[in-house]
Amino acid sequence: MFTDRSRLLILVLFAIGFLLYSITLYSTQPPKTPAVTALSSKGKLIWQQYNCTGCHQVYGLGGYLGPDLTNTYSRKGPAYIKAFLAGGTVTMPNFQLSAEEMEALVAYLQNIDASGTADPRSFTIHTNGTIEQ
Amino acid sequence: MEPLNSKRLSTAKLFCLSGLLLLASGMVWGVTGGLQYLLPGFLKQYLSFEKVRPLHVSSVVFWIIFGAMGAVMSYLQQHNGKKMYSSLLFRIQFLLFGITVILILVSYCAGIFGGREYWEFHPLLALPIVAGWLLFLFNFLKTVGSLRQQPVYVWMWLTGIVFFLFTFLESYLWIFPYFRMHVVKDMTIQWKSYGSMVGSWNMLIYGSSIFLMDKINQHKKYSYSTIAFVLYFTGLFNLMFNWGHHIYTLPTHAYVKHISYAVSMTELFILGRIIYLWKASLTEAKKHFFRLSYRFLAAADVWVFLTLVLAIFMSIPGINVYTHGTHITVAHTMGATIGINSFILLAIAFDILSDTCQSFEPFTKLFNRGFWLANISLLVFWLSLIGAGLLKANWQMQTDPVPFQTMMLQLRPFFILFLISGITLMSGMLLLIYPLVGNQWVCYFQQSGDRQKPQHFPRMSRFSIE
Repeated sequence: MFTDRSRLLILVLFAIGFLLYSITLYSTQPPKTPAVTALSSKGKLIWQQYNCTGCHQVYGLGGYLGPDLTNTYSRKGPAYIKAFLAGGTVTMPNFQLSAEEMEALVAYLQNIDASGTADPRSFTIHTNGTIEQ
Repeated sequence: MEPLNSKRLSTAKLFCLSGLLLLASGMVWGVTGGLQYLLPGFLKQYLSFEKVRPLHVSSVVFWIIFGAMGAVMSYLQQHNGKKMYSSLLFRIQFLLFGITVILILVSYCAGIFGGREYWEFHPLLALPIVAGWLLFLFNFLKTVGSLRQQPVYVWMWLTGIVFFLFTFLESYLWIFPYFRMHVVKDMTIQWKSYGSMVGSWNMLIYGSSIFLMDKINQHKKYSYSTIAFVLYFTGLFNLMFNWGHHIYTLPTHAYVKHISYAVSMTELFILGRIIYLWKASLTEAKKHFFRLSYRFLAAADVWVFLTLVLAIFMSIPGINVYTHGTHITVAHTMGATIGINSFILLAIAFDILSDTCQSFEPFTKLFNRGFWLANISLLVFWLSLIGAGLLKANWQMQTDPVPFQTMMLQLRPFFILFLISGITLMSGMLLLIYPLVGNQWVCYFQQSGDRQKPQHFPRMSRFSIE
């Protein structure tokens, strides 16, 4: 059924489809993109520097040891977040963050919070298996 | 011409052996992480969880990558019936990967991270990985020569190598502010790259397992068949377009989710075929079960079935809403990386490493114990994660949920089971790894002047070039 030529043709067609799909995703923005500040951008790099995702999730993606932090900003507020960052917990080390680093991390969490909600209860499940928020 | 199983320790074997050591390392870090779940604050001052988790993940991912690279180059030579284009390039590739992996693991201990979910390290350390992979691609292409009249596994290896390079580079697009600026876009591309990357290394491993099956069966009927190519293209289609099932709950483009949902359902075809061929597979398994390599392939088949069923359910957005962010996702990952990838790679390791100066015969009892201990432990491990996941899924759907820490305490019985089975799983795997590595050590380092011919597992003539 498959000749060498047809195999190659399928492969090339798949590759073209994949590249077009990739380029579309690279060049477009998702529906809701909250404004980014210099502070929240810095906060993102601090998040990565301390590997916060090793323990915490954002939109259900990340580690499982700590809670999902997607909407912590709106639910608990900046003071609550800073208290945890300043003291650590039994499990989470005190990373000795500077006041500026804490502000940046809080700004990043605020930016994540503004991008949507990770609460699975907020989804409507349709009979065809699709979901809508 | 120098035979492939020359007295010198080949680079393909070095890749396999290093991979096995990385597997051992990954399991030790996994158990350490499990202890940190049960004993809050355990090793917090020295190696807190955000360090232990990448140590575990990178060790295991590199075990898969090292094993796959060794398998592909070893089997490609056996398939071609001649040596690879450049063994020097392959050695350089080994050195690049070996040194970089050590640096990556040390960097985690020093608190230097890439900070991305789930496979991460500092971007500078990605450079030698890319360089090593380019050497791999070049050496592979020069060794293959032409795609004319090639079996399915050569196509799988080629696409696996090319797509790994693409997805690995894509996973570092975040270093450009344009890509990382908006969190949802950044996460979409991140999971696009990682989702497809898994498919890429699966291509390398599954291709190698098809070669090994042909070798055991002593014919190549399957690898040239239409069904083999249909399954290959189905796998490739999923590699390219089904990654969106990781991010159904992320507020990204709706079409990403619809495409992923539709494409993921093509896996039902693969599942249907497994069920249809179940009886024939059992008969085949009974025939070859005495062979250690085959035994691991048979175990991997069972795990393919279990993991695929779970994956298909999780690919339905309406079900994924419940399972996402819970330990059910971890169960799926563990089933795939241990039950499928690691078992196939162990089958390959038993094949490639059996060609030494002394027989594995004295270790038969040990292998049997290790095999069953690893499989039973993995099943308990997998079920305990699903149990924990179900409780967490229930928790996150409650209208008035208890605090996170209270929920974690409720999951404790499952974590205890998960830790115990993790320890026995590690013990089972170590029973398998120890003789595999030990035999090579004795043959190549302790008896360098007095090596004998292999005493068992003779290579089958049509796959051998001696």
